[in-house]
Amino acid sequence: MKLLLCSLFLVGLAITSLFVGVSNGALNALIDGFGQNTGGMQERTAEAVTVMVTSRIPRTIALILAGVGLSVSGLIMQMLARNKFVEPKTVGTSESAAFGLLIVLLVAPEMPIAGRMLVAMGFAMAGTVLFLLLLQRISWGSMYIVPLVGLMLGGVIEAATNFFAYRTDMMQALSNWTVGDFSNILQGRYELLWLSLVLTIGAYLAADRFTVIAMGETVSTSLGLNYRRTVVFGVVIVSLITAVVVVTSGMIPFVGLIVPNLVTLVMGDNVRRNLPWVALTGACLLLASDIAGRLILHPYELPVGTTMGVIGGAGFLALLLRSMRRDR
Amino acid sequence: MIEIRNITKAYGKTTVVDDVSLTIERGGVVALVGANGAGKSTLLSLISRLLPATSGQVMLDGQDIARTPGSILAQKLAVLRQDNSLTTRMSVEDLVSFGRFPHSKGHLTSEDRKQIEQALQYLDLCSIRKDFLDEISGGQRQRAFIAMSLSQNTDFLLLDEPLNNLDIKHAVTMMGVFRSMAEDLGKTIVVVLHDINFASCYADRIIAMREGRILHDGSSNDIIVPSVIRDIYGIDTSIHEIEGQKLVYYFKPINTPKALSD
Repeated sequence: MKLLLCSLFLVGLAITSLFVGVSNGALNALIDGFGQNTGGMQERTAEAVTVMVTSRIPRTIALILAGVGLSVSGLIMQMLARNKFVEPKTVGTSESAAFGLLIVLLVAPEMPIAGRMLVAMGFAMAGTVLFLLLLQRISWGSMYIVPLVGLMLGGVIEAATNFFAYRTDMMQALSNWTVGDFSNILQGRYELLWLSLVLTIGAYLAADRFTVIAMGETVSTSLGLNYRRTVVFGVVIVSLITAVVVVTSGMIPFVGLIVPNLVTLVMGDNVRRNLPWVALTGACLLLASDIAGRLILHPYELPVGTTMGVIGGAGFLALLLRSMRRDR
Repeated sequence: MIEIRNITKAYGKTTVVDDVSLTIERGGVVALVGANGAGKSTLLSLISRLLPATSGQVMLDGQDIARTPGSILAQKLAVLRQDNSLTTRMSVEDLVSFGRFPHSKGHLTSEDRKQIEQALQYLDLCSIRKDFLDEISGGQRQRAFIAMSLSQNTDFLLLDEPLNNLDIKHAVTMMGVFRSMAEDLGKTIVVVLHDINFASCYADRIIAMREGRILHDGSSNDIIVPSVIRDIYGIDTSIHEIEGQKLVYYFKPINTPKALSD
């Protein structure tokens, strides 16, 4: 029931997103166009429809799909790492994907987008596995060590990427992937994002397994679950979603971090129960941030990566403070 | 039946469990006792496939556990270790429900629900069933984990110091639950116990370990003897019979413990 309400809210946001942008009179033109059939009006209507079909609708769908994917991959990453302060963007997964994309650009610039995505996914998987292996070695650490290790790993990968990009004059191209932006999403350039919905459904089907592995290897083994296989499955989902998002829109920080935290705070960590909520909330948050980015500097736009950075940064800080207070 | 054949676990040059062979028959409460570092927990982990053995075999009902799929073992044998620090936020009821995972794979049947209810009742958790694990006391959390293992409803239940964190009422209730599981349901409970007196009062068989080997193996009558206790723990004690139970008095030993006087 509450889920239904939240879905309605998302629909409301989506409709808003369709009518917010530089090419404004879209709504008026559409409405007028249906009423009158004068030549000029028809032209305006046609233009509005074109904007709608080639840009606004794709952008809105892309935002929803990316929001779902980012928040769900964050949730799964937190289950894999058994830590609330991680997401693909803070453990090196996204940075590895961007590194992979740079390599593609240098080695095989003509590669089609699906191929690029696969390469990015391969790199993202390698980065994630590296992080999880590092985690195994520092199991003595406190819960605050884990995100630090991830940030350091991400930093190293990012530095390497920047080094190569700088040397090869690719900094400009690189920023396409490092700063999340949906303003250049057009029909035909976002469809890969549907994969993140498919993967989310896959994650939902395996929800109980992720809940079990979050209880640790001992409990998993006792319950007869193949721990390693489930972790690998989770890494594949996280890496694939991350790669798809980085390829189409670029990195977007914090969605995968704060959304799962907010939801599990209320609902607990039973993935079967909280995953639909995480997905919906993620979509709402990203959509709202993007709409805000379109309005703040109207007629200019702020990339969603930037607005999300501000909103998410504040959210993350609140989260840290809250958990530290609770520890005391 | 669990058959342990010449099992050894070594980390580099340190041998933690040293060529242990043991047979645990079906039914009854078996207590594993010994000083710190005697290898009890490691042996328990080896029996329950949580650790791979350096050499040797563990057979569960004639099947080598190293070669049996985990999902099948999980329907026969449940294990609970003592480090259950959870980072996940889950309700008591949800946790206990996951004990049914090996049977239901997540889709609970009415039989599953019955087992979950029973486990919650057995461990006195009904009133806090909706509470999150990170918001209850350590003892309550401990009971929730034991309830999870209980709802797994396996023939063999292996527990590493389950009385940790429990107050005396719940510790006594817990041991009572194990006894009735063994007597009424024919289950086999293998339990690492810190307190030799709980072993004396509740176990059918006491297995004492030292330095990775089995030192003594027998009933309460065989083990609760001053010389044997000294052998196991390196401390002089006196044995008293109270209400028909043999109890080891060790709180103020007659002589200072050896290790400290050396």
